[in-house]
Amino acid sequence: MTDNILEMRHITKTFPGVRALNDVNFAVRRGEIHCLVGENGAGKSTLMKVLSGVYPHSDFEGEIILNGQKKEFTGIHDSEEAGIGIIYQELALVPEMTVYENIMLGHEIRRGMTIDVQEMIHRAEELLKRVRLSVNSSAKVKDLGIGKQQLVEIAKALSRNVKLLILDEPTSALNEDDCDNLLGILRILKTQGVTSIMISHKLKEVLSIAETVTVLRDGQTICTLDRQKDAVTEQILIKHMVGRSIENIYPPRTSRPGEEVVLEVKNWSAYDAKLGRKVLNNVNFRVRGGEVVGLSGLVGSGRTELARSLFGNPDGYIVSGELVFKGRKQRFSHPRGAIRAGLAYATEDRKRNGLVLIKSIQENISLANLQGVSKNGVINEELDKQTALNFVDSLSIKTPGINQLVMNLSGGNQQKVSVAKWLFVGPDLLIFDEPTRGIDVGAKYEIYTIINDLVAKGMSILMISSELPEILGMSDRIYVVANGTITGELDAQTATQEAVMRLATQY
Amino acid sequence: MNELMTVLKKNVREYGMFIALAVIIGVFTILSHGVFISSRNIANLLNQTGYIAVLAVGMTLVIIIRHIDLSVGFLSGFLGAIAAISLTQWNWPVWLSILFVLGLGVCAGLLTALPVAGLGIPAFVASLAGWLIYRGALMLVTAATGTIIIPNESFNALGNGYIPDLFASQSFLPGIHKTTLVLGLIAAVIFIFGQIADRRRKLQYKFEVPSTGLFVAKLIFMSVILGFISWILAGYNGMSWTVVVMLAVVLIYDFITRRTVIGRHIYAVGGNPEAAELSGISVRNITYAVFGSMGFLAALSGILFAARLKSATPQAGTLFEMDAIAAAYIGGVSAAGGVGSISGSLIGALVYMSLMNGMNLLGTDISLQYVIRGLVLLVAVIFDVMTRKRKS
Ligand SMILES: Nc1ncnc2c1ncn2[C@@H]1O[C@H](COP(=O)(O)OP(=O)(O)OP(=O)(O)O)[C@@H](O)[C@H]1O
Ligand SMILES: [Mg+2]
Repeated sequence: MTDNILEMRHITKTFPGVRALNDVNFAVRRGEIHCLVGENGAGKSTLMKVLSGVYPHSDFEGEIILNGQKKEFTGIHDSEEAGIGIIYQELALVPEMTVYENIMLGHEIRRGMTIDVQEMIHRAEELLKRVRLSVNSSAKVKDLGIGKQQLVEIAKALSRNVKLLILDEPTSALNEDDCDNLLGILRILKTQGVTSIMISHKLKEVLSIAETVTVLRDGQTICTLDRQKDAVTEQILIKHMVGRSIENIYPPRTSRPGEEVVLEVKNWSAYDAKLGRKVLNNVNFRVRGGEVVGLSGLVGSGRTELARSLFGNPDGYIVSGELVFKGRKQRFSHPRGAIRAGLAYATEDRKRNGLVLIKSIQENISLANLQGVSKNGVINEELDKQTALNFVDSLSIKTPGINQLVMNLSGGNQQKVSVAKWLFVGPDLLIFDEPTRGIDVGAKYEIYTIINDLVAKGMSILMISSELPEILGMSDRIYVVANGTITGELDAQTATQEAVMRLATQY
Repeated sequence: MNELMTVLKKNVREYGMFIALAVIIGVFTILSHGVFISSRNIANLLNQTGYIAVLAVGMTLVIIIRHIDLSVGFLSGFLGAIAAISLTQWNWPVWLSILFVLGLGVCAGLLTALPVAGLGIPAFVASLAGWLIYRGALMLVTAATGTIIIPNESFNALGNGYIPDLFASQSFLPGIHKTTLVLGLIAAVIFIFGQIADRRRKLQYKFEVPSTGLFVAKLIFMSVILGFISWILAGYNGMSWTVVVMLAVVLIYDFITRRTVIGRHIYAVGGNPEAAELSGISVRNITYAVFGSMGFLAALSGILFAARLKSATPQAGTLFEMDAIAAAYIGGVSAAGGVGSISGSLIGALVYMSLMNGMNLLGTDISLQYVIRGLVLLVAVIFDVMTRKRKS
């Protein structure tokens, strides 16, 4: 008889038009690190929200048994009380508040009528020690890198005396060092008696940390694999996740890049007046027609800043240098101009600035190209619908209909909507910032296939990615960015991860 | 029947407003022994609603893009006074003063937008400054004369006049305004044909449409409502110019928000300004456009109000902005941005003004009136939040 800290039995949860979970069984042994994997929209986040009380007991069928006792949570407070801590797919920190305020948020320590700041800082620092994070606890959260913010989230969860820690894609936005660090922390917490459930699309890290892996597909449990008994490899996991095997993670490309240069950037520098520092320094690079150029570098190295400064400069940097696009010297003063000229930019953070979450799939897809579905400023509703339907079909976006609000889609399907939006613009050059962040292997393959199709048609892609295998697997050429400047150019055929990392850490 | 229930359930918010309006009308009709629903009172109610509904339409867009405009009440009062002055003291022709005042309204709106769009100053503060300034300006221009009487008949017709009866006849339906009936009929026909064409196009593209039975029921229901309203109006003096102006504003804005590119842009800016900006939409230009339209509608509201009172008073426009904001919220806009509709706000204005009108009819104490208005606003917003929660 194994000692299960948690058992979820026959969980069924439906949304209007969607059966997100269908009779799911899920068991976690005490003290283990248990990974939950599955395609986008498989129901992973939903299962964890059921567990943490986001969806109260009355909203789903099935039972939750925690420490041998049946639990009926009516809200997050109940599950916290029971020792469950959850870190959501999106960071939930208040950027303007300090580290210790965030950690103790909702659990402030009082002395009489007032807040006991000293005691709170003391407690927060103890928790920071547990996650091995050495930052000033009075620093503002917004001034920390994303890796450190993630650790603050964990410290915050621990402040509630957590026995079962749930992490929903904690590493999707982290670079490799931060990932390794976070996984290390989970191992340490395990020795302190914390059981963890982690959702991830990065199968390598799943294999490096999980003792047990559960695979969900289409709202059903496919299998639970015990690393000690069962052989588990990436291939096996993929097969269970998508229902078929994918031999090549990177589909082969048959087209060759053209000769003519689509984009040439010379001596490009940008100064951020708000931060009072240079974010880009003398950047030079070029992209050819039909070429995939990878832009690699650490998080914060200036890749996104580079993309945004080229794409109409919405941050208002003071920019100098030359931008030659399709043979003409250009300087876009607003994203609109860039889009009209044929330059598009799909953002890395689709929730924050990529999509209008409270609007439908249909409205999001045509948003950047309403001219394409209108005449004299009046929208042709049918054409608009048809466009959305076509993309939902061709990108296999999983949704009950094009009227579904984007906020109700799973992360990966949101990403596909964002892709559809830019495909509908039909640009000559698409800057693709982290195209596969938070996307499952099957969908990744689809996105890579789309990229191949696009370049075969002569479109160029500038791909920003923190995942080295992706950069190496998909690019024709690679530029490495460090500290706001390009530290090297590599041919993807001969480049190695080590070579890229060497350039990325060179300053 | 089943289909009807699901459709009702899906749109409980939209229909809820209609039901609320029907309940209010029913209750007041009973309490006032039928006076409320009389042709004369309904005509009066619609004329009262005019200047608030026009403001509510503009305010809806402002709230959709996550801002607020407190200045419009006194702006409308001030611009009404300018219209009066241009007519009485400068002896301008009516068309010129109306154009002039509308132009001033647009400028005032753009001026409010300047610190908001240009410097990122909260609209609450920027428009509060406008509130103070226009209040002062209104007092200033009426200081010498006090209330300015407007003797111009054609100007005053905007607030009091009715459209002429082209088919006037003593023998056929005496005492009934035939043109209004004809207009009602035309509206119903246009509505029916529009709906049929829309349905055809949808079928052509193989989109889902409600069943034929439900579709016909909807057409009949709406035609009956249109017929009923025009019948009631025809029983008094017919359709007033105020109603014509109000309907024109509502129809145009409804079209803009639902069917045009700029409408989509407005909702996108409200829903997620950053994403909108990166989709090539200029948030700044949209902000200017929305505030400019707000100023324009404030001017229109000022003209309607001055024409209705046949004068410009130093108190004109007091609390109009609050009434407009209340109407918009009753009509379902969300302060979080990106949500709201013109038709909703029209209904909101009708609900709000029916309450005022009905309570006045019954002679309800003014202090109690405020309390009831506040409660209705609260209930409407709570209802809104609850139905929205259930949907998601
Ligand atoms: N609030 C909601 N309303 C309607 N449908 C929803 C809602 N939340 C989730 N869904 C649907 O439920 C299904 C499961 O979603 P869930 O977010 O659990 O997927 P996931 O496995 O976490 O995917 P991802 O890896 O992309 O994050 C999806 O089809 C999604 O569209
Ligand atoms: Mg998820």
